[in-house]
Amino acid sequence: MTLHTAAAPPAAPAPPGTAPRRRTNGHRLRGWGYASPTALFVLVLFVVPLVLVFRMSASKWPLLSGDQGINFPDNFTAAVDNRFFVDSVLFTLKYTFFATILLIGLGLGLAMLVQESSRWKGLLRTSFLVPSALGLASASLLFYVLYSPLVGPLAPVMEHFGWSFLGTPNAALASTLFLIVWRYAGFYMLLMLVGLQAIPSDIYEAARMDGASRWHTFWRITIPLLRPTLALTTILCVTGSLLAFEQFYILTKGGPDNSTITVVQLIYSVAFQGQNDLGVAAALSVIVLAALVVINVVQLRAFRGSDES
Amino acid sequence: MTSTTLRPTVSRAPVKAPPTTLAGVAIRTPFWVFSGALAVIFLFPLVWTSVKSVSPHPGTGQVDGWGFGNYVTLAHYQAGIWQYLANSAFVSGLCVVLTLLISTLGGYAFARFRFPGRNALFMLTLAILMVPYATLLIPLYVLLNTIGLGNSLVGVALVLTMFQLPFSTFMMRISFESVPRELDEAALVDGCSSFSALWRVLLPAVRPGLITVGLFAFLAAWNDFFAPLILINDTNKMTLPLAVSNLRVQVQGVIDYGATEAGVVVLALPCIVLFLLLQRHYVRGFMSGALKG
Repeated sequence: MTLHTAAAPPAAPAPPGTAPRRRTNGHRLRGWGYASPTALFVLVLFVVPLVLVFRMSASKWPLLSGDQGINFPDNFTAAVDNRFFVDSVLFTLKYTFFATILLIGLGLGLAMLVQESSRWKGLLRTSFLVPSALGLASASLLFYVLYSPLVGPLAPVMEHFGWSFLGTPNAALASTLFLIVWRYAGFYMLLMLVGLQAIPSDIYEAARMDGASRWHTFWRITIPLLRPTLALTTILCVTGSLLAFEQFYILTKGGPDNSTITVVQLIYSVAFQGQNDLGVAAALSVIVLAALVVINVVQLRAFRGSDES
Repeated sequence: MTSTTLRPTVSRAPVKAPPTTLAGVAIRTPFWVFSGALAVIFLFPLVWTSVKSVSPHPGTGQVDGWGFGNYVTLAHYQAGIWQYLANSAFVSGLCVVLTLLISTLGGYAFARFRFPGRNALFMLTLAILMVPYATLLIPLYVLLNTIGLGNSLVGVALVLTMFQLPFSTFMMRISFESVPRELDEAALVDGCSSFSALWRVLLPAVRPGLITVGLFAFLAAWNDFFAPLILINDTNKMTLPLAVSNLRVQVQGVIDYGATEAGVVVLALPCIVLFLLLQRHYVRGFMSGALKG
């Protein structure tokens, strides 16, 4: 890199007018010079592992002894035959569905609540946003204590009704969803605010002149004009939720009765807890990658399709 | 609460036409109560944990009276909290420095130079976002072990930097693109090399972008759980989130809620302070990203 910059001065004194149009070899070399750290990182830490995961998914690859040669398609059959595979896929989809609906709805609701700027609304924005500075792991630990039947603030209530936040599969899912809403609602509110700000105010003005009701204005103006933002946030939220790990690993530990195991948790446990089979874990990872690509393509098509109509 | 929040509107009423004082207040009170309650819901868990971490509870490091007993327990856990704090600080620091360095150079290249493979490299960098965390971490575990960076904090920092690249490269590219070209062209004409044009002229102009990228890299690295969970085996090399989460499980089967609360406070405090200080940049990061993307 320093080599390229050292070579730069001779190229610099060009006729001022032609400088921006010129595409010399020096210019290209310098471009590559500045981009080379990015290229190196992307190549070594992204492209190579991506190729390697496909290789691993087709090989017998125990955690400790490493590569034992090709065994395609054994890993994939083992992955699909895993006794938690179907359950974890179904649970992940269920979780994703609820998390996306809640976060998009509440994010938009909060954004509309604090849209105009005033001191009070600025304060509200900050308090909704503060949880998003926390890590998901810290937030999960926090709620683990908060939900505890021993020290949590609702412990007396729980004892009285003989009920607990993480006791049944449905309660555990609901409690995790509350944690996720708490942690991410402010973040989605922020994205929605950005989208809302892009809608020109004279459109609202015109609607008000025409006597449109608030309800009407919301469904006929805000929602259609917010479509790009809604598309972005939905894709973000679906992708993030499908890959959920920390909240379940820390908060519910997959329980009760293995009812809250997500796909990524399954990958982790196949690779590092007990089975120690990196080949099967890689096969699962490849399946998740393929599913994610398909789901995102479908979502992009759907949003683009409804955009045209 | 109501009296303090009412006053500004009442006094401002003559200036701002629409809300007549009494009717305006009557209409707005439910809004204040509702939104205030929401804010309390969002703030309550944080306040509760901070208070609980110093208040007495049987079975924790703070049995009677208020004090920092839980923090003492935390300080003496395994390798000691200072070790874990140092590990986390090292990983976060290295990740921030690397992210800033790489994305500044990369953003400059993408914004100001045309070279073969430019668009392909940019798209490839953004494609990191599309690939699940777990899909990359399994092969990265193998890869880092073969190049001698397995079970090392440097390895974790490198991996976290890679995961930061899509956002930071994108952010720095649009930051550089929003600086008028005349600025660095004038410097080049004056005989600056392209590097000194970047260093002396452009870098001050993209400072807001740098702060945003640095803040996000820090928050991501400080809080990350999954990468160290997979890549680190040694208890002495664990980062803070991993240590606190292990501490919860390992105290002889009995969960030490007090120490966990103290751990959450130690984990959260730097993030919240940084967030409040740099809130404007945090918000602006999304604004510029979402508007141009």
